[in-house]
Amino acid sequence: MMTLLTDVGWSPYAVGIGIGVLSWLSFLISGKPLATSTSFAQTGGMIERMIIGKKASQRPYYKKIKLNINWQWMLVLGVVTGSFLSAIISGDFKTGQWVPYVWASAFGDGALLRVIVAIFGGIILGFGARFAGGCTSGHGISGTLQLAVSSWISAIFFFIGGILTAHLIFYVIA
Amino acid sequence: MEKQVQAAPAVKDRRPLFFGLAFGILFGFLLHKGGVTKYDVIVNQLLLVDFTVVKVMLSAVVTGMIGIYSMKSMGWIKLSLKSGSFGMNVIGALIFGVGFAVLGYCPGTIAGAIGNGYLDAIVGGLAGILLGTWIFAVMYPRLKDGILKKGDFGDITLPKLLKVNDWVVVVPVAAMIVLLLLWIERSGF
Repeated sequence: MMTLLTDVGWSPYAVGIGIGVLSWLSFLISGKPLATSTSFAQTGGMIERMIIGKKASQRPYYKKIKLNINWQWMLVLGVVTGSFLSAIISGDFKTGQWVPYVWASAFGDGALLRVIVAIFGGIILGFGARFAGGCTSGHGISGTLQLAVSSWISAIFFFIGGILTAHLIFYVIA
Repeated sequence: MEKQVQAAPAVKDRRPLFFGLAFGILFGFLLHKGGVTKYDVIVNQLLLVDFTVVKVMLSAVVTGMIGIYSMKSMGWIKLSLKSGSFGMNVIGALIFGVGFAVLGYCPGTIAGAIGNGYLDAIVGGLAGILLGTWIFAVMYPRLKDGILKKGDFGDITLPKLLKVNDWVVVVPVAAMIVLLLLWIERSGF
């Protein structure tokens, strides 16, 4: 059991089944699907509220999603914590790692370029997630497993957009 | 009456927050064990050379779907569906896909990547995502009655759309996913 917890990686099928079972419990106990991207929008709104004050909460979108720490926000905080715990006990916690290997193999190991591209990618991702009304968790796993039409369409187009762009980045630009 | 109870902070039920945190810890633990808190694994999936992400997602979907629809049949749970439109779920999802490949993480896996210590996720990706959601919030009043409403179809499920019993869809979808996973394994991925 201990060696299982300290293993760096598990079978992707074991992990997937685990996430599936977790989704049962989440529905049964909390009545909610596992989803993450709204919490980023709430955090963005809370930061704006810290900077410009209450006026930020008047934005129609922030009125819709409500700027407070809720169940899903704590879920995202939990994801950071859970991944940290798994990484620490399996000796996989990274320090000083700015540039992923696959990125470095095509674009070199400069941290600045990688960070600038990551910011740019994050902007597109965050905007797209809210545009689509969900992300790889909310639509891609929780929505598709409920057979939601919106989620099946989203999940398919997430991967179409992602696969085309990744090929463009690594086989055309690089 | 109910409003008054909600307004009093002393009686606010904090249990949902603890459950959220607990489910999140398990979710993050699993994401890390699955290797999907790593840029390399995600980008190699999008480059179609490593199928870890698809294996994790599809086995979660097939497991989740059977359990959720069983519990729904027994009346234990209600579905929680996102309504959608072609504008949102085609255009929005394509934009998301571009960001997915450029960043190399998605919102759930970047939370995991942050816990895993990856600095491009912490310094670059997180800031970008927060900024991107804020830009959406600023543009929302101009988008909500236009592109986001284009081809609106509401919060329907595939069984509702096809006007059939839930299991008429659940069983073939489950079988299709299992076959797809077997095929991926057979092809050596």
